[in-house]
Amino acid sequence: MDRIKEFASTFFVTGDPLIYGADVAIVATMAAVVFVLTYFKKWTWLWREWLTTVDHKRIGIMYVVASLLMLFRGGVDALLMRTQLAVPNNQFLQPEHYNEIFTTHGVIMILFMAMPLMFGLFNLVVPLQIGARDVAFPFLNSLSFWLFFFGAMLFNVSFVIGGSPNAGWLAYPPLSEKMFNPGVGQDFYIWGIQISGIGSLMTGINFIVTILKMRAPGMKLMKMPMFTWSVLSSCLTIIMAFPILTVTLALLFIDRYLGAHFFTLDAGGNPMMYINLIWMWGHPEVYIVVLPAFGIMSEIVSTFSRKRLFGYKSMVFALMCISVFSFFTWAHHFFTMGSGADVNAFFAVTTMIIAIPTGVKVFNWVFTMYRGRISFPTPMLWVMGFILCFVVGGMTGVMLSVAPADFQFHNSYFLIAHFHQVLIGGVAFAYFAALTYWWPKVFGFKLNEKLGKWAFWFWNVGFYICFMPQYVLGLMGMTRRISHYGWDTGWWELNLVSTVGGFLMGIAFLFQVWQIMHSIKFMERDATGDPWDGRTLEWSLPSPVPHYNFAVVPTVDSRDAWWEEKLRRERGEAPAPQPKLEPIHMPKNSGIPIIMALCWFVAGFGFVFDWLWMAIPGLVGVAVCMLVYSFSYKTDYYIPVDEIERTEAAARGAV
Amino acid sequence: MAHVNAHAGSAGKAGVAHEAGHGHHDLESLRLMGFWIFLMTDVIIFATLFATYIVLRNGTAGGPTASELFEMPGVVAETFILLTSSFTGGLAVLSMNQGSRKGLIGWLAVTALLGASFIGLEISEFVKMVHEGATIGTSAFLSGFFTLVGTHGVHVSIGLVWMVALMIQLGRRGITPVTRRKVNVISLYWHFLDVVWIFVFTIVYLLGVM
Repeated sequence: MDRIKEFASTFFVTGDPLIYGADVAIVATMAAVVFVLTYFKKWTWLWREWLTTVDHKRIGIMYVVASLLMLFRGGVDALLMRTQLAVPNNQFLQPEHYNEIFTTHGVIMILFMAMPLMFGLFNLVVPLQIGARDVAFPFLNSLSFWLFFFGAMLFNVSFVIGGSPNAGWLAYPPLSEKMFNPGVGQDFYIWGIQISGIGSLMTGINFIVTILKMRAPGMKLMKMPMFTWSVLSSCLTIIMAFPILTVTLALLFIDRYLGAHFFTLDAGGNPMMYINLIWMWGHPEVYIVVLPAFGIMSEIVSTFSRKRLFGYKSMVFALMCISVFSFFTWAHHFFTMGSGADVNAFFAVTTMIIAIPTGVKVFNWVFTMYRGRISFPTPMLWVMGFILCFVVGGMTGVMLSVAPADFQFHNSYFLIAHFHQVLIGGVAFAYFAALTYWWPKVFGFKLNEKLGKWAFWFWNVGFYICFMPQYVLGLMGMTRRISHYGWDTGWWELNLVSTVGGFLMGIAFLFQVWQIMHSIKFMERDATGDPWDGRTLEWSLPSPVPHYNFAVVPTVDSRDAWWEEKLRRERGEAPAPQPKLEPIHMPKNSGIPIIMALCWFVAGFGFVFDWLWMAIPGLVGVAVCMLVYSFSYKTDYYIPVDEIERTEAAARGAV
Repeated sequence: MAHVNAHAGSAGKAGVAHEAGHGHHDLESLRLMGFWIFLMTDVIIFATLFATYIVLRNGTAGGPTASELFEMPGVVAETFILLTSSFTGGLAVLSMNQGSRKGLIGWLAVTALLGASFIGLEISEFVKMVHEGATIGTSAFLSGFFTLVGTHGVHVSIGLVWMVALMIQLGRRGITPVTRRKVNVISLYWHFLDVVWIFVFTIVYLLGVM
């Protein structure tokens, strides 16, 4: 009995009333979910329709749902920090706890919120935009999702079991080494990110092949929608950057687990090697999440200005330039490392250069709007908020790129304000715009405009109130990651204002949740499939889209293919004769991805606690899953023509 | 009703001619391309490990150095075995192209045996080093060495399991478009590991003992 007690007291996180509260909430939620599923007899439905699905649209929805949950968790972390900093010498959070919260906030927001939301949008939109019936590797796509999901779960479990990581979102050694961080938190960090990172890498490969090989006939590269281009550039960056992350985390784990000396202070190790490696992934990573945002902006600006995108070619060129340049700026994250003037000058200049293609884009959007017939529904409002916010954030980025000045800004709140401005004002705003814009395509009804506008204004006002004071605080000398400050610093007023802004954004999130629930309850079915008068192929389909997407694969002869088609019809040109329907070849659902990802979870959990009896069966399970898949040859089927006819009639009957 | 023929209207002319009547893409060629891209990511994995090794290789921390530790005869034997296995892997693909299932499985078996003896030699080399007190925890140099060379070894071992699984599938199903693609993929993988080994041999071993 005593042994069980002793085990439980180290296995579970104890002593903090906040965490006990969370324990209760977690157990209650899980019990409620199990109860509801059992009561309504939904287990089989869940397994057949969702957990084993290889349909890119459903996988996309699961990504979005998971990322919104993670946004909630990361947001609560943020508000806890802002509460702690609202007044000097606050006793709300202890420093140890504060360290854990800023670590999990950063990791969750980038890797488990922004990335999956981005992958969700890839899945929901790209195959429809290019006239494909699925991604190139549907099985792999499902596996990617489940690896992300179980990676995220493994990371989040650390909150109540074993203890959270506390060495910052990039886990710099030597602090993250065993010597200074003997707990299991860092191991959760390593395995959570490692498992989901493998998923991200596979998604990168999957979408490159999808975009390069599965476009509708006639859609030349230079006729692709801009969002698809941005996904391509983002995925190219993923396949170059994520292997570096995989290796870096593996090396840190080998250090911690086998006592190696890659990044230790003794025996010849070199912590700065880690910092270089992690930023060789980390800097491209921020471009990975922001490049699709540029694509989203381009689609929305052009739709709501009712004009072709201005400067299509320059936009493509700018996207590709950014994905290449993003690999040559990493050292600007540590100008203060002491690499010398030459190295710093090189990275300062490359950082400034990367602002040029970014500027090109802003001009393209502005000129697209010039003389357009502009309307301002919520997605377009987000675009407006994005452009303003992103330009200012970009400017402060250029300020940070000036190496000598960076010695002042480095690791201060100025930096914090900068990257939140480009990640919230750039990435988050764009993804919210995308969610509102493509929502009707995915679910068949629009989100409520009025509540959406409330959310938009709360986000924007809250954002500026929260982060503008932080620029000033940074210049006043407030450094990042401090949990307490004194009255004598003169930082109180600005911190308080910043906290108010943080809570305004919290309210904005509640408005978004309310918006979604309200819109579901009072949904007005969109029968047209094209509620925004869109330009690209996805709007030619009924919403929600039938699971095979296109009954007949379209032929494309221009950019904005669907817009051109609508113009032709307006002119009264007779539509080309419809080719005969043919059976459609589709992949079968598979339970292997979720089981394999679960095995990874088990293996990861085993390695975290150094329980080989758990880790080895986990890895064996992974291998068995791979072999089972290798030996299964019947992985696809055909949808017969009469079923397609019935589905199309039902979907389009409402038109 | 304007939307009824939504995309049907744009589907005229070229139609779906390139899709070979079934309305689907050539899956096997997609998979081959996907594997090429995967290999590129694997290149970056090895590049990162090489970079780390090069940065840390002088960090011997008073422990054994490369020239004290490496025994070239064994390494040269490993190199020749692996290069030969790449050659026999090529012969396997040639047999496949001639339609000879027996030749294909036979040459794959030879390739796998050579791969296994490579792994055997590598393991005995590692064991010997560990017995001499040169472990992964001895110094940064050895951490880099074991991880880089070990990662290559793990790749080869995975390739062996995969090759055996493929031989069973070939035995059951013969040479079909699917198994043909699988053979092509594993042959790419095998040649790739050979190329990586040449870099390991040069950068780790030759530069180490020079």
